[in-house]
Amino acid sequence: MRDNTQTLEAHVANKSKISATGVQVYYGDNHAIKDVNVEIEDKTVTAFIGPSGCGKSTFLRCINRMNDTIDVCRVEGDILIDGENIYDPAVDPVQLRAKVGMVFQKPNPFPKSIYDNVAYGPRIHGLARNKSELDEIVERALRRGAIWNEVKDRLHAPGTGLSGGQQQRLCIARAVATEPEVLLMDEPCSALDPIATAQVEELIDELRQSYSVVIVTHSMQQAARVSQRTAFFHLGHLVEFGDTEKIFTTPEDPRTESYITGRIG
Amino acid sequence: MTDATHSSLLKQDARTVKRNRAEARFKAYGLVAIGIGVLMLMVLLTTIISRGTGAFQQTYLTLDVTLDAAKLDKKGNRNIDDIKKVSTFGYKPLLVNAFETLIATSDITSDLKPKAMSDILSKGAEAQMRDVVLADPTLIGQTVTFDFLASGRVDGYLKGRVTRDSIANDKNINAEQLDLVDQLHAAGALEKKFNLAFITGADSSDARPEAAGFGVSMVGSLAMMLVVLALALPIGVAASIYLEEFAPKNWITDIIEVNISNLAAVPSIVFGILGLAVFINYMHLPNSAPLVGGLVLTLMTLPTIIISTRASLKSVPPSIRDAALGVGASKMQSVFHHVLPLAAPGILTGTIIGLAQALGETAPLLLIGMVGFIATNGPDSIGEGLLSPNSAMPAQIYEWAKRADPAFYERAWGGIIILLVFLITMNFVAVMLRRRFERRW
Repeated sequence: MRDNTQTLEAHVANKSKISATGVQVYYGDNHAIKDVNVEIEDKTVTAFIGPSGCGKSTFLRCINRMNDTIDVCRVEGDILIDGENIYDPAVDPVQLRAKVGMVFQKPNPFPKSIYDNVAYGPRIHGLARNKSELDEIVERALRRGAIWNEVKDRLHAPGTGLSGGQQQRLCIARAVATEPEVLLMDEPCSALDPIATAQVEELIDELRQSYSVVIVTHSMQQAARVSQRTAFFHLGHLVEFGDTEKIFTTPEDPRTESYITGRIG
Repeated sequence: MTDATHSSLLKQDARTVKRNRAEARFKAYGLVAIGIGVLMLMVLLTTIISRGTGAFQQTYLTLDVTLDAAKLDKKGNRNIDDIKKVSTFGYKPLLVNAFETLIATSDITSDLKPKAMSDILSKGAEAQMRDVVLADPTLIGQTVTFDFLASGRVDGYLKGRVTRDSIANDKNINAEQLDLVDQLHAAGALEKKFNLAFITGADSSDARPEAAGFGVSMVGSLAMMLVVLALALPIGVAASIYLEEFAPKNWITDIIEVNISNLAAVPSIVFGILGLAVFINYMHLPNSAPLVGGLVLTLMTLPTIIISTRASLKSVPPSIRDAALGVGASKMQSVFHHVLPLAAPGILTGTIIGLAQALGETAPLLLIGMVGFIATNGPDSIGEGLLSPNSAMPAQIYEWAKRADPAFYERAWGGIIILLVFLITMNFVAVMLRRRFERRW
C-alpha cells in the first residue's frame, strides 16, 4: 500500500518544486529558523519531524507566507516555488496562498454549510462561471478529500456538525478545491483518533498523485508511513534531510538517531 | 500532622471543620448580598409603579355643549377666516351655558355660579372646543358631546392626592367645587379613563398639568437614537475592525487603545459641554435640537461600542482567520466573510447596550438646551424632528420633577415607567440576540 520504494535517482529526476536557500526566521529577537536549505520535489510527500519548538511549523508557514500575519515575524533568505521567489516584493501573498493550500492542526471548518466551506475558495478566486460548474468543483474536491460519500446527502448541513476526522477531511477538500500545486499540512492528525488518522493518511498518499505535499508531524510512525522524504529539525536547524527510509534506518547525524530512537525530544 | 498516626476518614479533622465553616460563612455572605440587592430592586420597582401608574389614568368630564352660532359666527356665513377670529376666550360662555344646562336638566345641585363650575375643567377646554370647530365648521349650531379634561386638582381629588383638608388654602379649587365633582362622579359624567394623551402628547404649561404628555419627548429621544445609531455603529465598527484586525501593534495604537478606554470613563456632562462648545457655538447647529443631542450621545456611546465590538472580534477564534487566509482570502475578505458575521451578535448586543445607556442619559442634554419647557407638537418630518427644539425622555422627567404642582410629580413617575419599559425591552432584545446567535466552537 505504501510506496516508499522510490530511489534517490527518481527524486533527482523529479523536478524540484520548492527550493529554500538560507532561510532565517526571527520572532522579534528570537532566532527561530537558522539557515535552512531544502529542496522539496513535486508529487512527493515530504515530512518535517523534530521535537516541539524546533521550528518545523514555522518553516512550513513560511512556504505560504502565513507568517506575514504575525507582526514580529521576520523572514530572510529565498524560497522559490517553480523558480519564483515568493518573498519577492512583487508577490502578493494572497495570490500565493491560492497556489499553496494549507491544512491546519485543529480542524477549522467555517461555521457554514459543508458546501459553502468547499465553495468558498473557488468563489473568491472566481474559478466557477456558474452554479453547475461550482457544484462540479465542490463534488470533485469532496471526492478528493475522500469524504464525498459521507456528506453527499447533507451538503447544506453545517460543517461544524461533522466528527473531528470528517472535519479534517473537509478542510483538506476545502484546501484542494482551489486547485493548489502545493499542500501544506501542519500536524493534520494530532487532534484525530487512530481511525480518522488512518483515513487521513490514506488520503495523503492519494493526494501525492496530484500535489507536492509537505506535512509536519510529531509522530515518527506517521512520517515513516506517509512520506517519501523526511527532514529532521532540531533547535531551528535542519539537521538532516533525505529519503524517509534512510532517515529512519541509517541516519547520518547522531542527533537524528537520538531523536528517532527516543533519546531526545 | 505528626500525631495523625491513623486518621479516620469518617471523622473530620480540625482543619477540615474550619475550612467547611469558612465556606458556609462565605455562602451566607453571598446570600445576604443578593438578598439586599433583590430587596432594593423590589423597593425601587414598587415605588415607581405605585407612584407612576396614576399618570396613565386621567379624569375626564363628559359634557354636552351647544356650539352657539351667535357666539362663534356672528356674520352667519360660515367663513373660516371669520370663525378663526373668535379666540378661545369667546368659547368660555359656551362652557358656562353648558354647565347651566347640566344643572337645569339633571338632579345635580350646586350653589356655585356656572362660571365657577367650569373651573373644574382644564384650562385647555376652550381651546379643545375651538380646535373641533375649526376642523369642522358645520358643527356650529349643533350640540356636541365633548370629553373635557378635568383640572389637575379634580384629577388629584379622584386619585386621592388632593383631599378636602389639603385644599384649605388652595385658590384653584374649593369645597363647593368638590361637592359638584362628587355629584358628577356619582352620576357617571366624571370618570377616570385610560390616558392615551400622556403617552402621545406634548408637555404643557405649569397651569395645565392634566394635559402634559410624554409623546413628543419620546419622539425627541427616538430622533437622537437614530442619529446615534447612524453614526456610532458604522464609525465604531469600522474603528474596531481596523484596530483589531489591521492596525500594527505599536505605541501609537497602544495610546489610541488607552484613550478609548479613558473616553468610556469620561463623565457625560463633559461631553455635553463639548457639544455646546463645538456643535452649537462653533458649528452653529440649532439649540435644543435632537441632532445636536444625538451627536453628543454618539461621542458618548462610541467608546462603549468600540470596546464591545473589539471584544467580540477578539472572541472569534484565530483558526477561522487562518482558515480563510489559508484558502487565499485577502485580509479584508477573511474579516468581512467570516470574522464579522461571527462577531455580529456581540457587536449588536454592545450597540444595543450603548444605545440604552444613551437613551437614559440626561446630563449632556442639560447643556445643549434639550431640557426645559418644550410644548411643541410632534414634528411632521424627520428633518424637522432632528432640527426643531425638542426634549428627551429623561430630560422631560427631570423637567416635570422640578415643577411645583404635585400633578407633574405623578407624571414624572409615569415617565420613568415608560423609560424603564424602553430600557428593559432593549436589554431583553440584547440578551435574546446573544442567546440566539451564540456559537460554540
